Amino acid sequence: MKRVVSVMAMLGLGLTALLAHAAAPVPDPAASWNHLWRDVLIDLFIIGAVFLSAGLYWVFKYRATREGQVGEGPQLTKLAAIGFAVIPAFLFMADDFYLAAKGWTVWNEYRNVPRNAVEVKVTGSMWTWSFEYENGVTTIFDPDSKTGDGLVVPVGKPVVLRMNSVDVVHSFFLPEHRVKEDLMPGRVTYLWFQPKAVGETIATCAEYCGNRHSFMWTKVKAVPQAEFDQWLANMKQGGKGA
Amino acid sequence: MSTASSGFKLSEWIFTTDHKRIGILYLIGSIAAFAVAGIMALLIRIEQMSPGATIVSDVYTGGEQYNVWLYFHGAAMILGFLIPGLTGFAANYLIPLMIGAKDVAFPRINALSVWLFWAGIVLALLTFVVPDKPDVMWTGYPPYSIKTGGNLALYVFTVHLIGFSSILASVNFLVTIIYMRAPGMGWMQLNMFIWGCFTALIIQLVFVPVLAAAVTLLLFDRYLGTHFYDPANGGDVLLYQNLFWFYSHPAVYVIFLPAMGIFYEIYATMAKNRIFNYKAAVYGMIGIVLVSGEVWVHHLYYSGMPDWIRIGQMVTTLLISVPVGLMTISLFGTLYRGAITFNIPMYYGVAALYLLLIGGLTGIPLAMTVMSVHLGETSFVHAHFHFIMGIFAAFSVFAAVDFWFPKISGRMLHEGRAKIGFWLNFIGVNVTFWPLFIIGVDGMPRRYWDYSQFPAYFGNYHKVATIGAFIVATGMIITISNWLLSAVSGAKASNNPWGSKSLEWTHTETPPGPGNFPQDVVLDGNWSPYNYSK
Ligand code: HEM
Ligand SMILES: [Cu+2]
Ligand SMILES: [Cu+2]
Repeated sequence: MKRVVSVMAMLGLGLTALLAHAAAPVPDPAASWNHLWRDVLIDLFIIGAVFLSAGLYWVFKYRATREGQVGEGPQLTKLAAIGFAVIPAFLFMADDFYLAAKGWTVWNEYRNVPRNAVEVKVTGSMWTWSFEYENGVTTIFDPDSKTGDGLVVPVGKPVVLRMNSVDVVHSFFLPEHRVKEDLMPGRVTYLWFQPKAVGETIATCAEYCGNRHSFMWTKVKAVPQAEFDQWLANMKQGGKGA
Repeated sequence: MSTASSGFKLSEWIFTTDHKRIGILYLIGSIAAFAVAGIMALLIRIEQMSPGATIVSDVYTGGEQYNVWLYFHGAAMILGFLIPGLTGFAANYLIPLMIGAKDVAFPRINALSVWLFWAGIVLALLTFVVPDKPDVMWTGYPPYSIKTGGNLALYVFTVHLIGFSSILASVNFLVTIIYMRAPGMGWMQLNMFIWGCFTALIIQLVFVPVLAAAVTLLLFDRYLGTHFYDPANGGDVLLYQNLFWFYSHPAVYVIFLPAMGIFYEIYATMAKNRIFNYKAAVYGMIGIVLVSGEVWVHHLYYSGMPDWIRIGQMVTTLLISVPVGLMTISLFGTLYRGAITFNIPMYYGVAALYLLLIGGLTGIPLAMTVMSVHLGETSFVHAHFHFIMGIFAAFSVFAAVDFWFPKISGRMLHEGRAKIGFWLNFIGVNVTFWPLFIIGVDGMPRRYWDYSQFPAYFGNYHKVATIGAFIVATGMIITISNWLLSAVSGAKASNNPWGSKSLEWTHTETPPGPGNFPQDVVLDGNWSPYNYSK
């Protein structure tokens, strides 16, 4: 019990530290996510280890050794009973608020779209994604033939997606960027991400949408800004994509 | 079995109003649902073993087959196995016995409940017969469920039948617990299992009607041309999801609370100990009832809900750790200074300790809005809810059958075979679900049968998971056949083989006769189902 107390007290202090923590200059939600994930794992690991070792230790220590033996678990006094409820309750709450505060900070990064973001309209339909750029260029990717450009984005600039579905609920999931948001008819939802390196990743549908749900994915290609501008201009003239 | 004195008569079972027989009928139905849904799980796992079409016909139409397996697996495991296994079988068999009552308050309504449940099971099984097989998943989200060619009515009517059955059962058991306790039995003397049922049934009574309404509107939209969920005609596309989870999150407590109750009984009896801080655990259970209705948006964290509610319900969801934590401390604390005997119910009990931690703790990142924006709808979620429901709660049903087996059947369970079954089950579930946590964090979506767009190593993890599923299947075949064998050929059981202090062991015959108690039960303020040390 003592160990739990000290661990929880440390977590409580973490909350104070958090308030002093200044926001990073260039927001990068995926990096913040990874960082928070590590913190959460440590938190869970500590709680799990405390409970599991106590439980297993007692399981081995308190085996019955003779016939007819009975347990001698404590009959708690009123004060002890309240203490054993209220103190852990506050420790759990401290951890909850600590995690909630951290989670909220990163969440704000996820929801506040940087002003310089490139905007792309995403339309989901059973079972393709199509993308429309600010200059009217539209692209799609065909998962069967693996042709088409899919989503092309410039490295180093935030990208915001404004999304809508023409039929059922879909979800645009970018595993590398640690983000997803549903698309549905009648509403426009959004998400944004920060492409950091040149290369190809994927986005894939994460809300069940029927027969070809598993195949509803698209290439996401991050290219240098100059190449992106070039590509967009070419596409505008009806030229071939990258 | 049970109360039959002059051999087996089918009509006696069909027309029975005896809560013990009704409990057994629930058990048979729910194990049948578990078996068929389990076979579906194997098909799903074989298909996922490698990317591309493994056993489905081809990559273009394969989804039509796979999605029906997945629909049936999810719907039958929850509506057909866990809820009826806990609030049908265990609640029926045990509530009157534990509170010293001769039967439930309304025995004939009880009979109606069980047959409505059986009708629900039959309707669900029609899935495999109708030409337009339902493929709406157990969640049935519109607009997909309205647009698909799959049969939606079958889903809706199954929910109606089983829902109606649960509402009747809730009223029946709540009245029974409130009014039919043995004279002298105060609220703070109740078995933890009774508290688990009491709180679960309140949740069921309040929330099932919401689900029934939600799915009925689906039916109207699909077949009668209404537009409740259709935004193009003034409806709301998210309304269904909100109503569905307003019921379905609390529904996990309808499963969780009686499951915890079962493990408290096993711990107390096998450790011959009092429940550690009994009152804190009871208030924890009541606390769950109070918060259970304010957390449903954690299933809609990335569904376009307003930001403020996504954050508000992150806080309420995280706070569930308070009542659950208190219950957990009481459970673990019951071992403290106990005198523990290890037999098959206690094997499941010790496993529960680990399963509760893994299942519970992995829920914490999912409760955090921003974490869930990546982890949601991946196989991380899939592994999380299997640990807490598919394993912890399912194990509670198996443990309940093992623990009360002598009372129900009058015979002892064959321990050796049960232990082989246990180890296969326990090892198998770990082999199945740990790989899914790992690739879930790397982005493996759930409800996918092809995953060629992902790195090739995902396939290796899926293969391991499939091997695990077959280990579980072997364990379950041994477990279930051991029940059947032991029920006919096990050694005769005494009235109280575990030396328990609880009424169903101390005051009844084995198996209990009609009316349960040879003498009326009268208790005093010192009685407790857990007073071993006095
Ligand atoms: C060890 C036995 C089991 C195995 C191997 C197993 C396996 C699976 C698999 C492979 C999926 C599909 C994952 C996906 O594609 O997203 C699944 C889904 C599911 N399982 Fe199980 N399962 C087992 C037991 C259970 C039990 C006992 C329950 C009871 C609650 C359960 C409830 C569910 C639910 C609710 C779903 C989600 C269905 C949906 O996505 O609509 N499973 N299971
Ligand atoms: Cu989709
Ligand atoms: Cu929930």
